[in-house]
Amino acid sequence: MGKVSIENVSQYFINREGYKTQALKDLNLEIKDKEFVCIIGPSGCGKTTLLRIIAGLENPSSGKVTLDGEKITKPDPKRGMVFQEYSLFPWRTVIRNITFGPEMQGMDKNKSEEIAEEYLKLVGLEQFKNSYPYELSGGMRQRVAIARALANDPEVLLMDEPFGSLDAQTRNVLQSELLDIWEKKQITIAFVTHSVDEAVFLADKIVMLTSRPGKITNIIDVNLPRPRNRTSPDTNQFRDRVLKILAEERVKE
Amino acid sequence: MKLKEVAQKNAPEITSLIVAVTLWQIVAEFIIKRELLLPSFFDVVSSFISTVESGTLFIDFSISLMHFGIGVIAALLIGIPVGIVMGWFKTVNRISDPIIEILRPIPPLAWIPFALVWLGLTHTAAGFVIFVGAVFPIIINTYTGFKSVSKINVEAAKVLGCVKQRSLIRHIAFPSSLPSITAGIRIGMGVGWMCLVAAEFFGVSKNGLGYKLWWHYGLHQMDFVLMYMFMLGILGLTIDKVFRKYIDKRLLKWQSGVVV
Repeated sequence: MGKVSIENVSQYFINREGYKTQALKDLNLEIKDKEFVCIIGPSGCGKTTLLRIIAGLENPSSGKVTLDGEKITKPDPKRGMVFQEYSLFPWRTVIRNITFGPEMQGMDKNKSEEIAEEYLKLVGLEQFKNSYPYELSGGMRQRVAIARALANDPEVLLMDEPFGSLDAQTRNVLQSELLDIWEKKQITIAFVTHSVDEAVFLADKIVMLTSRPGKITNIIDVNLPRPRNRTSPDTNQFRDRVLKILAEERVKE
Repeated sequence: MKLKEVAQKNAPEITSLIVAVTLWQIVAEFIIKRELLLPSFFDVVSSFISTVESGTLFIDFSISLMHFGIGVIAALLIGIPVGIVMGWFKTVNRISDPIIEILRPIPPLAWIPFALVWLGLTHTAAGFVIFVGAVFPIIINTYTGFKSVSKINVEAAKVLGCVKQRSLIRHIAFPSSLPSITAGIRIGMGVGWMCLVAAEFFGVSKNGLGYKLWWHYGLHQMDFVLMYMFMLGILGLTIDKVFRKYIDKRLLKWQSGVVV
């Protein structure tokens, strides 16, 4: 199970001069089990903060986040995360990056390598097993990062603009691959992005945030049938709708 | 055939060495003409052969390496852990920083009187002076390495279930600081080597490259002095080369390509 409930979450940051900034204000959101949710909004709207709170890397100033009813206070392998920047451990080979999680769970070396190879196959990088991260392209590195997060068998996968720094073609390929993985592994995914195209192609549900303080303005169900076509009239129409809502929000500000 | 290939490949280097040695021989033999001021190349070679034949050079090598080993191993055992806790725990850093900053600028050779008072005329006393020279670069570089561990790697590790401070140090901070730590060890070993001659000067032993250099100076045998100077240079170079080869091949494979 991987049901995430966000209840009245607010987050403040106090900087060195004692200035208080509100990053998130009274957020309420329910992410259902096995749901693919995209969180979209302008930069600086607190999308990443929200994801970090779900991951347990930050604790909210008020409110709480629960996973299947259990309060989240610290990082836990049940919630895997893929970061925006390259977060692979450069001193470990590809396979040893993926075995890191299982090893930390106390799994023995052979068993964790078995698991790692399975996920390496899933992201199509078997032949790069013994390469170091510096030998891989950006897209390959993010594939390894996804495999590494999955190797812990998480219930929820948190993704913070994971394809943001990739070129458009690689991004499209990785989006399709991610959907395949999502269907195969039956997990919940919370995916932060600033790209409407990406959200419309991936999500069951799009959550829109505004900036400073970050608030949810809209939650849109994406009722397009899967597998989706990037350029079908339905998709275009839907994208148009989302963009219009975003534009309206900007005017309100 | 193989020798010829090597010669052809390294022609500029070999030529340079041959020319330098020839000039040296000519200057020493025909211009200066006084062995005390400048022993010739062949004087040095013959002193080299005589020390090799008598076996003293081998003993000198071993004794000096022992002094050096005592100092460097102690510096590693103390410097790396101190650097780690300073880099990882802010309070430890604030507590130890003033003490280290006061001790660090003291030249290692200034410690010689206390080394002798505390440890007497022993190998350990010579090792101590080398230790003082080697330990600070190791502390500072380990500290710097731990300070610059990337936050994203630490967070990625936490999310993957590596949460305890000890595991984070062992699995993330230490391997990621290894380039900086090994650089510190290289610098530390270099400084320690520089201290060797002075550390052996006081006769902690009747052997050792540094001690012999002074001893022959006392006898005005400058060809031996020069020969021991070369030995110190060559051994220092070899230690650094071997260490560097080891770390590049075994420990820092993941870095090749990052820095040329």
